[in-house]
Amino acid sequence: MNKEDLKAVSSQVRRDIVRMVSAVKSGHPGGSLGCADFLTYLYFEAMNENSSNFTMDALNEDVFFLSNGHISPVWYSVLARKGYFPVPELVTFRKISSRLQGHPSTDKHLEGIRMASGSLGQGLSVAIGTAQTKKLNKDSSIVYTLHGDGELQEGQIWEAAMYAAANKVDNLIATIDFNGRQIDGDVDDVLSLGSLSEKWQAFGWDVLEMDGHNFENIHSTVTEAREKMGHGKPVVIIMKTEMGMGVDFMMGTHKWHGVAPNEEQLSDALSQLEETLGDY
Amino acid sequence: MESIEILGNKDTRSGFGEGLAELGAENENVVALCADLTGSLKMNAFQNAFPDRFFQVGIAEANMMGMAAGMTIGGKIPFTGTFANFSTGRVYDQIRQSIAYSQKNVKICASHAGLTLGEDGATHQILEDIGMMRMLPNITVIVPADFNQTKQATKAIADHEGAVYLRFGRPVMPIFIKPHAVFQIGKADIIQAGTDVTIIACGHMVWKSIEAAQLLAAEGISVELINMHTIKPLDEEAILRSVAKTKCVVTAEEHMANGGLGEAVARVLASNTPCPQEFIAVNDSFGESGKPMDLMEKYGLGASHIHAAARKVIQRKS
Repeated sequence: MNKEDLKAVSSQVRRDIVRMVSAVKSGHPGGSLGCADFLTYLYFEAMNENSSNFTMDALNEDVFFLSNGHISPVWYSVLARKGYFPVPELVTFRKISSRLQGHPSTDKHLEGIRMASGSLGQGLSVAIGTAQTKKLNKDSSIVYTLHGDGELQEGQIWEAAMYAAANKVDNLIATIDFNGRQIDGDVDDVLSLGSLSEKWQAFGWDVLEMDGHNFENIHSTVTEAREKMGHGKPVVIIMKTEMGMGVDFMMGTHKWHGVAPNEEQLSDALSQLEETLGDY
Repeated sequence: MESIEILGNKDTRSGFGEGLAELGAENENVVALCADLTGSLKMNAFQNAFPDRFFQVGIAEANMMGMAAGMTIGGKIPFTGTFANFSTGRVYDQIRQSIAYSQKNVKICASHAGLTLGEDGATHQILEDIGMMRMLPNITVIVPADFNQTKQATKAIADHEGAVYLRFGRPVMPIFIKPHAVFQIGKADIIQAGTDVTIIACGHMVWKSIEAAQLLAAEGISVELINMHTIKPLDEEAILRSVAKTKCVVTAEEHMANGGLGEAVARVLASNTPCPQEFIAVNDSFGESGKPMDLMEKYGLGASHIHAAARKVIQRKS
């Protein structure tokens, strides 16, 4: 898929996100908008996956885990647009009896989801487990995970980081959504992460950095990460993003981490995002 | 009591170790993870025979639980091994989200449960684990009675699709379950039939209850003794069938009264046929350092305590 096609998908994904959270007056638009380009690229370009025949075991398929489960709107939209489940089902997001729970879950059998997430810090361990099973199964596919930067304050992340490097889990690409913001404010003010790059290097990972809103840069960085697979080290991509990307009044602040736009704000947001694939 | 024969003396954790090693040979999807307690959990035999399927995670139990959940994707059957305290309390949220809620086929195998961990004291003597695990949806909770049953249960849970909490311990105790007995998840063992009082026990307390039943038999009291090795799902039929005869119950567990086997049984009785019940369990207290059997006596978990509770509950019938 070329850059223009990817942009068209991510624009529609952003429309889906703001419409979903606005409709139920709850959810997390900020981080979802920030990761729309990356998840679009991952599913529409990078991953070897099978959207028409979803299986829990993912044999000989790449697998993605969303560790920061609160940005479920972007994942649901990308999954639906890729064909995992019908796009109109997005309208049920966060409503009673929906398969699209506030945070991703497996119990309602939504195609594309293999692990519940939301309680932060657990996804890297899960990804390592699946990566190890792939090795036992002689399956050379790749396991991808996405984490929030604030999520790295959880200790379990660093247990997992230590394990993956020490055990050469080199079929794993973790990405950090480095937007510098969390619910209570800037990450630097809440609990500074210090030098992220040096931290991951010290833990024994190959560290790449990229601009999460530049498809050419995403393509070259993810391609480099994939080329590093099988060389004895896990890879982490520190992805610079802007929380709320694409909607001007949601950018430059942490205030839209977990707040839904009202009707007026929704129309303002939609006026900034081109409808490319048709609204649900 | 003639039918109960002591077949030897071993620790239940060794039953787990033997069962796991046999499983390794029988089922190539079985993998094992351990958080720096391989010797204590008796996982060395598996580790030595199947090094590619053994994962030493270090002192990082949260990561171990998450990894185990992830390993099920692709068809592996992970068995995690560490002390009961670090298998539950320390990682409750990881079990809750990544294993129970996510419906993952992980076997959480927990040794050194309860007071009989002994000298290490209360920091390690978890008495709340059965309660925590039975509160979670999608988890089967099993507390086998002796070495043989722990080995049988270890092998049985590999064939059971779904998360399991398997609780066992450290002390050497009499073996009385036959080596080739069939272990059926959710189906209680009737150790002996009786008519005056029902004793429902799990884990090491089954042996203590056998001792108590012998004391009671000498006094002419007929005990129906049930080994409730599966706490969840609970064999309600076995309970109701027994109290239909005896009209009273003593429950016995090496666990806090809050949330344990006794409360699970009480709920069944209250909902069906209310009858007197006495609870042998630790009463809202932490443990302490000491020799395992001295601690059992101090905290009211000895055969004499079960004996006294049985006499009391029989009195309460009238």
